[in-house]
Amino acid sequence: MSALEFLLAGTLAAALPLLLAALGEMVVEKTGLLNLGLEGMMALGAAIAFICVYHSGSHSFGFLAASLAGATLAMLFAFLVIFLKANEVASGLAVGVLGLGLSALFGKNYESLTISGLSEFGLPALSKIPVIGPALFTQDIVVWLAITGTMVLWYILNKTKLGLIIAAVGENVEAARAIGYPVGGIRCAAVAFGGGMCGLAGAYASTVYTPLWADGMIAGRGWIALALVVFGTWQTGRVAFGAVLFGVLSLGELTAQAIGVAIPSQVLSSLPYFVTILMLVAISRHRRHSS
Amino acid sequence: MKLRLIRRDAASRLAMFGAPVLALILTCMTSLVLFALLGVPAGKALHSLLLKPFLSWYSFTEVLLKMAPLLLIAQGLAIGFRANVFNIGAEGQFVIGALCASAFPVYFPEGNFPLMLPAMIIAGGVGGTIYAGIAAGLRIRFGASEILVTLMLTFIAIQVLNYFLLGPWKDPRGFNFPQTVMFPENALLPLLFENVRPNISLIFALLASLFAYLMMEHHFRGYQLRTSGLSPKAALYAGFNAPKMILLSLALSGLAAGIAGASEVAGPLGQLQRSVATGYGYAAIIVAYVGGLRPLGIIASSFLISVLYIGGDSATVSAGLPVAAVEVFQGMLLAFYLLTFTFIRFRVQIDRSVSA
Amino acid sequence: MSDQPILNLTGVSKRYGTVQANKAIDLSVKPGSIHAVLGENGAGKSTLMKLIYGVEHPDEGIIYWNGEPVHLSRPSDAQALGIGMVFQHFSLFETLNVVQNVSLMVPGKTVDLARKINELGERFGLTVDPNAMVHTLSVGERQRVEIIRCLLLNPKLLILDEPTSVLPPQSVKLLFETLRKLQVDGTAILFISHKLEEIRELCDEATVLRGGEVTGLVDPREHDALALAQMMIGREMPHLGVSTSVVPGETQLRISNLSHPRATRFGTTLENINLDLRAGQIIGIAGISGNGQQELAALISGEIRAHQPDMIVIKKQDVGCLGPMQRRELGFAFVPEERLGRGAVPEMSLADNSLLTAHQKGMLWRGIIKRKVEKTFTRRCIEQFDVRTPGPDAEAGAMSGGNLQKFILGREIMLSPDVMLVSQPTWGVDVGAATAIRRRLLEMRSQGAAILVISEELEELFEICDVLHVLHEGRLSKALPVAETTAEKVGTFMLGAKV
Repeated sequence: MSALEFLLAGTLAAALPLLLAALGEMVVEKTGLLNLGLEGMMALGAAIAFICVYHSGSHSFGFLAASLAGATLAMLFAFLVIFLKANEVASGLAVGVLGLGLSALFGKNYESLTISGLSEFGLPALSKIPVIGPALFTQDIVVWLAITGTMVLWYILNKTKLGLIIAAVGENVEAARAIGYPVGGIRCAAVAFGGGMCGLAGAYASTVYTPLWADGMIAGRGWIALALVVFGTWQTGRVAFGAVLFGVLSLGELTAQAIGVAIPSQVLSSLPYFVTILMLVAISRHRRHSS
Repeated sequence: MKLRLIRRDAASRLAMFGAPVLALILTCMTSLVLFALLGVPAGKALHSLLLKPFLSWYSFTEVLLKMAPLLLIAQGLAIGFRANVFNIGAEGQFVIGALCASAFPVYFPEGNFPLMLPAMIIAGGVGGTIYAGIAAGLRIRFGASEILVTLMLTFIAIQVLNYFLLGPWKDPRGFNFPQTVMFPENALLPLLFENVRPNISLIFALLASLFAYLMMEHHFRGYQLRTSGLSPKAALYAGFNAPKMILLSLALSGLAAGIAGASEVAGPLGQLQRSVATGYGYAAIIVAYVGGLRPLGIIASSFLISVLYIGGDSATVSAGLPVAAVEVFQGMLLAFYLLTFTFIRFRVQIDRSVSA
Repeated sequence: MSDQPILNLTGVSKRYGTVQANKAIDLSVKPGSIHAVLGENGAGKSTLMKLIYGVEHPDEGIIYWNGEPVHLSRPSDAQALGIGMVFQHFSLFETLNVVQNVSLMVPGKTVDLARKINELGERFGLTVDPNAMVHTLSVGERQRVEIIRCLLLNPKLLILDEPTSVLPPQSVKLLFETLRKLQVDGTAILFISHKLEEIRELCDEATVLRGGEVTGLVDPREHDALALAQMMIGREMPHLGVSTSVVPGETQLRISNLSHPRATRFGTTLENINLDLRAGQIIGIAGISGNGQQELAALISGEIRAHQPDMIVIKKQDVGCLGPMQRRELGFAFVPEERLGRGAVPEMSLADNSLLTAHQKGMLWRGIIKRKVEKTFTRRCIEQFDVRTPGPDAEAGAMSGGNLQKFILGREIMLSPDVMLVSQPTWGVDVGAATAIRRRLLEMRSQGAAILVISEELEELFEICDVLHVLHEGRLSKALPVAETTAEKVGTFMLGAKV
């Protein structure tokens, strides 16, 4: 397999944890909240998923448990911020620290154990295209589900009443409450959804992308996902595009090999963070969050 | 029946002091349950965690050693947090401070540089300030979120650290370990007591606390910062310069973190190594909040969190507590603090609606 | 028409902490009637409406709907019974279009809803483009959207909370025509207001509230405004007293060719504004909020900088590019319309709130705050301006709107400014406090201050100003001397008449 093929094949998988977490957070932010605890919720999801898959051998069970764990942790944030009106930033950080700690605690006895990943399969016809076909269109089932899910989410947010309600709550909480929407409940649901998505993102990272658990394996991807929401200006399609872009970047060293450049590895490892800063500069100059 | 929160006429003083204590008690109780579930002897673990640090002079001085960087960084961060400027990347500024300070002993390993220590501390402070200043500049000029920028800069700082430790600054006689040469005697901070490790950086931290207290509680500059945080519109109305507030907040927190980083390599480490980044920058965020963002409260909370660190170390040995438990404990402490803090500003009223 | 009231409240009470907002209220609305709830700011009208609409729940008392006791735990319960509500500060979403806003409350397909919006619009004189984005609509149009949204749910009872406060006089007539048509259709209407003449013109019945209690149930057509006012405030209407107008002196504030593009798409672009304010003069800027009032105030105060320094001149000095502090040093003071969060910091004590703008009154020594001076200043402000509060240590956020407004106004007056800008001086303030505030402004004029008042309340402006301008869609009308103009004339400018 050539470096280019490897890159094509790996990009979507590398992008997936970012994509799931960023889309979840995007829905949270659309209701006017900001949960900074992505990193912790992803880590907890990753640890829980790995433990479940290790014992049961079932990836579906692992993903389910991970999403529940992420959502549960997110509900702590919701409780603090929505019911107790606590500081959003501090609450998000509390959830983040707690998630990271719990993941390390639960995962301690599972370091350096291995589980099997998921098999990949190709889309009929498309995967027959020479060079890019087998690379790009042969992926595991989660990738295909995530792509479908992204489209469903786009449809819900842009074409349904639920999407309208989410936008309304995010724009004007008082008005939404006045016309009879249970604003607290809607926000709680959004936060839980965001947490669940982070759980799934972590599960993918620890049981499919690299089927092993290691403390600190999320490695800042939660924070990059957070930046992706800004980059995508709260629009599903752009967030997805950003995730793929970062998927490429996170394969930095491979990318460099593919292009044939030799740069110190530290420079390549910092690349995603550099680009995040650059895009924050480029984007937030024009767009501020509407709420 | 429904519970609702009613705003108090003025923040309750009792609750202001009671909240952190209550949070600590709740955290301990929850931890007991959690530890028990994990099969760790819970009582023994708590004993190690909270009491052991006080049972010997040595372990108590270790608490003071941990407290110095936490206190220093947290005082800087709290100033920003009160102004609604969220520097989450003190860890990065700490690393850059350590790097800048290390340049002197690395290039003058014989100690043949006049005023070695002051130069290191100043370099560390300047490094941290400039590194945080990048985030301030981007926020002021482009509106880029300082939360994300400071964090991204932290990840980059770690890579910069790796680059120097694996490349130009690697100790040629260090068996290929990623670390610099041991620093000469004149690049090390004087110790506070004989035979134990706390050094005069604790004094820096206490001086910083005094400075923070005077500025935030008694000086107009602190008032301006607090106003910017509480009501940005009121600050604009009064005519306080918003970019200046952002720059000041980030510069001060970067300065504190940078000096803390310099003190770490010139103190307990005595060289620059990878383990310089052990999460003080993140833990200081918790210290700042649990201290109620007040300079005096932060002295207490930095001591508490340091006790937890040292106690955690001993609990891993004596009670088989996983290292991560300390992190969980910190996270819970912050969450419970936020929970109890609500009652400083609000009281709970039971709303009995009449059902027809 | 049956005699059974459609809505009946017996002994309804509601308490917030130590404040008794509603006390044993009885209210009875007959089907097909227009029933007024009359009371001044703080009398408990809004609380009562929230109870009827299910936003809040009564501590005591029972609400009957068509004779049946009901429990309204949320607004959707009230909507299901057939209660519709048009809010004073609209509950519309600016980033959505009209149909989307409607569909958030009314089930149905977009196409059908758009058709129904047009139908209703024609029938009741409520025309509005279903596909228009809300942020492009005028205030009057937004109110129409709110009303249409309620009507689509076929309400038996429609509640309107201070609906005329945002309308120019001509639009009020249109609104009343619409309401009468609805009445003929059999819809009962609950009309909340503190404007006596309107109630006498429109309503068949009026329940008068004062201090959270019912003080009268009358037919407003049979009482004159004075009698109603007595019921409403419990004593004689306070009089401003005669104030001698002063011969205007030198120009203290000059705005020339001030244009400023809007900052967001929800803002207003100001175009070529000219104004000349002299010492000993009060000039009023009339117009509905949202026509550039906020932008203009922020430009004059320095919160937003103008593009050219000479666009704004205070006491012969070009200040267009100076900040608020520098303008204050020149003798300018500003009372903004938002008290909490702009004029005062809610979490800070009154003493610390004095520091916000009065710090150069000897409160600082090399930057160190002199607590004694701060407290003395605050205490003097509290005494001189009749601020009802436990003392300088009370938090601003815990005070009533009227008291806080007196404090902020007092603080700014104590800066002894030569030029003062006051924005919406009596919003949400009770009659007594409002009169006190207006009296203060007149006193300042006698002492030679130049005062600019931005207000939505036409009556207030006619009461205290020498000259009026109207701000409409970012343009300022020519100067209209109060002695030579009428409310109707001002109204035509509010509707967009050209200079």
